[in-house]
Amino acid sequence: MVPITTHLARPVRRLAAAAIFGLAAALSGAPAFADVTILNVSYDPTRELYKAYDEAFAAYWKEKTGETVIVDQSHGGSGAQARAVIDGLNADVVTLALAADIDAVVSKSGKIPANWATLLPANSTPYTSTIVFLVRKGNPKGIKDWDDLVKDGIQVVTPNPKTSGGARWNYLAAWAYANAKFGGDEAKTREFVGKLYKNVPVLDSGARGSTTTFAQRGIGDVLLAWENEAFLAINELGPDQFEIVTPSLSIKAEPPVALVKGNTDAKGTTKVAEAYLEYLYSDPAQKIIAKNYYRPEKPEAADPEDLKRFADLKLVTIDDPQFGGWAKVQPAHFADGGIFDQIYKPGQ
Amino acid sequence: MTATAISAWRKPSVIPGFGLALGFTLAYLSLIVLIPLGGLVLRTVGMGWPQFLAIALDPRTLAALRLSFGASAIAAAVNTVFGLIVAWVLVRYDFPGRKIVDAVVDLPFALPTAVAGIALTAIYAPNGWVGQYASAFGIKIAYTPVGVFIALVFIGLPFVVRTVQPVLEDMDREVEEMAATLGAQRWTTVRRVVLPTLVPALLTGFALAFARAVGEYGSVIFIAGNIPYVSEIAPLLIVIRLTEFNYAAATAVASIMLALSFVLLFAINLLQAWSRRRLSHG
Amino acid sequence: MADVAVPSGAVFTGAATEKRAVRIALTTVALVFLAIFLLLPLVSVFYEAFRSGFGVFLKAISDRDTLAAVRLTVLVAAVSVPANLIFGLAASWAIAKYEFRGKSFLITLIDLPFSVSPVTSGLIYVLLFGAHGYLGPFLQSHGIQVIFAVPGIVLATIFVTFPFIARELIPIMQAQGTQDEEAALSLGASGWRVFFRVTLPNVKWALLYGVLLCNARAMGEFGAVSVVSGHIRGKTNTMPLQVEILYNEYSYQAAFGVASLLALLALVTLIIKTVLEWRYAEEIAATRRH
Repeated sequence: MVPITTHLARPVRRLAAAAIFGLAAALSGAPAFADVTILNVSYDPTRELYKAYDEAFAAYWKEKTGETVIVDQSHGGSGAQARAVIDGLNADVVTLALAADIDAVVSKSGKIPANWATLLPANSTPYTSTIVFLVRKGNPKGIKDWDDLVKDGIQVVTPNPKTSGGARWNYLAAWAYANAKFGGDEAKTREFVGKLYKNVPVLDSGARGSTTTFAQRGIGDVLLAWENEAFLAINELGPDQFEIVTPSLSIKAEPPVALVKGNTDAKGTTKVAEAYLEYLYSDPAQKIIAKNYYRPEKPEAADPEDLKRFADLKLVTIDDPQFGGWAKVQPAHFADGGIFDQIYKPGQ
Repeated sequence: MTATAISAWRKPSVIPGFGLALGFTLAYLSLIVLIPLGGLVLRTVGMGWPQFLAIALDPRTLAALRLSFGASAIAAAVNTVFGLIVAWVLVRYDFPGRKIVDAVVDLPFALPTAVAGIALTAIYAPNGWVGQYASAFGIKIAYTPVGVFIALVFIGLPFVVRTVQPVLEDMDREVEEMAATLGAQRWTTVRRVVLPTLVPALLTGFALAFARAVGEYGSVIFIAGNIPYVSEIAPLLIVIRLTEFNYAAATAVASIMLALSFVLLFAINLLQAWSRRRLSHG
Repeated sequence: MADVAVPSGAVFTGAATEKRAVRIALTTVALVFLAIFLLLPLVSVFYEAFRSGFGVFLKAISDRDTLAAVRLTVLVAAVSVPANLIFGLAASWAIAKYEFRGKSFLITLIDLPFSVSPVTSGLIYVLLFGAHGYLGPFLQSHGIQVIFAVPGIVLATIFVTFPFIARELIPIMQAQGTQDEEAALSLGASGWRVFFRVTLPNVKWALLYGVLLCNARAMGEFGAVSVVSGHIRGKTNTMPLQVEILYNEYSYQAAFGVASLLALLALVTLIIKTVLEWRYAEEIAATRRH
């Protein structure tokens, strides 16, 4: 047989050239020079907040120490992010949606000290938020409060509390309202919350997925959302389409932050990572926080204009006797076979 | 190993490089596929029967598996029918743009699943191009099991077309001519002569489309709505269990899926071998 | 195949084809089915990407994180495709050129990754290399990061695209048999020379086809990569993950912008394949006829 290498050579050589070219292109994009890089593993709705904050912190750190710090960000569902850190994602700090997810990292990896909540002011919570309703412009279904969400024919969009931190706050806010309404009658409270979840047509795995379903896909009459997320949605997608309805009672959502000491010690980044979290409580940071629709821990540091946007409403905390903190709530409500599993059985 | 042992194990050949080629193949296969999959099996075995059964028989697990395997079977069946028609039209008929249509069939092979997912969602959501008309008739596509089915049809189609097409191309048309001259109706010829020859290819196509669909994740999660017990597919359940720190459940569901796909693929392989034998004797 | 290269209704107008009406009906069914299920999604990607104009599209795809995702995607494909190419050649050589026991079992094993859900493909590497995995503690004590870093993404991609090239090569090498190689060897050529001068040219089209499909899948893999990525912006997000992230950031235009790049890659893949098939139809038919 005549060698046909010349024929072969052409496509193969071209392919090889393309591969080498691609590789070169891939490698040439070296990251900007940094003295130190830290990784902040956060949950979904904080993207915009940390984009702004990371810049402010980098400027602050440069001025203070002369070091160039680059903060890498990873975002996702709070539970999924905690899982990734447990599995070895090399986070320097975690800024998650709720304390239970940080507790999970504590108990399953030991990389965060058990007393993490006491290491920073305000239970290691530099900002808070609450749960509000986002409805379509003009509020066509006339939704005013939680009672309207359990009516027949109302579609409520909220993510899955088993996978989304925000969804757990949604669930607890509904629970707190029903608890107050029925004077602590647990059977009636369960029935109320169960009825609400019967009205949920799509159960996304994360808060962002739910917002997309509601805003972009036109599903549902009301979206249960973080207050900051609701403002952001209106901002990004147009005030002519949606409006916020503030219920009479909601929950004080506390997304905490913690240093992943096991990782920072190994990487030698403890100092800068600690400073990163401490700086969240500074006046400039609190201003950024309020600007990004989170309720700042120190309102006096924020722009009064920004504060005006937050409605005044009755807020129940997770440490309220009906809940007794995450250590009790997480297993009782959200564990396999817990209260949520008992009341939520669609199609059965 | 002695020389006789080698020759009993493999036929002698003048071509060199057997040791190198097979050695590399086995090493690479072990490192990339067998050892990691072995880890999965080991974990599953390690959890013991009671825990495994509790997870396997959990209503949510069962619902997810039923949806994944059910929707995949329906999608693969639909693809078998339409894939046959597409292959038939591409091989037997001539029409303008035939070659372009032929090329387009491979699109699902080449298009990333996440891209397919957001595109299908944009089309079939109640405010999408197709979804708005469907919802005018009260039909919901996206965020229901129907959406899952649509995504699975998309990813599975080329498997059937590409397995049936070469068989149709190689088919001896003279047999059909002969049947016709002997007075057989066209439909009878197709049914009695052509289709039986295609059965093995159709089964293979079905099996491939099915196997691919059962495990599909990227294109489905965007369009499914992901409601437990209703539109939550098994691969998503694995991801959700992982998120809940429930490694045992994630591993168990993954193992069940793996085992079920194997059994089904094996069964279909047997069926194929049987139909091939039957054909060669018939 | 070559003798009926363009089989058409016109050739067999006789009894061995369907009535005109049936032909038209079947053709219509096929075309409508393909249009709805395949073309519509493709068109919608480009429509959504360019809905607000080309400027918005350009801005979306020149974002720093998006460019990083493009680089990572190219890097992942540049490692995993050659790896699977070498494997594909070795495996098909071993399987097609020799007779040995357990061969069909080996083929089944090579097919294995194909029937494994992408999510499971990611999971097995987490179970192996994760902090709680079998090798996790060892890797950690040596400061080696596999999952949530580029190596994990590459491994998951190699797993998912594992059978692509081998599966293209095995049947064609089997069909071609060993006569050519035996002839060349009897003329005194060395093994490697036979491989490069005889075998490789004989299978080059199948090889190229396999590489194209493997590359497309490697660049587009979502499920497996999503499980092992860690989603660090600008570092461990591939293009499909970037699509999801942008989609979740209210940046629908940007999401579809990146998606359209991937769709473009798919189109280019198909076009190269089709053009090669047209241009070298004779040659491909010749290699197939062996």
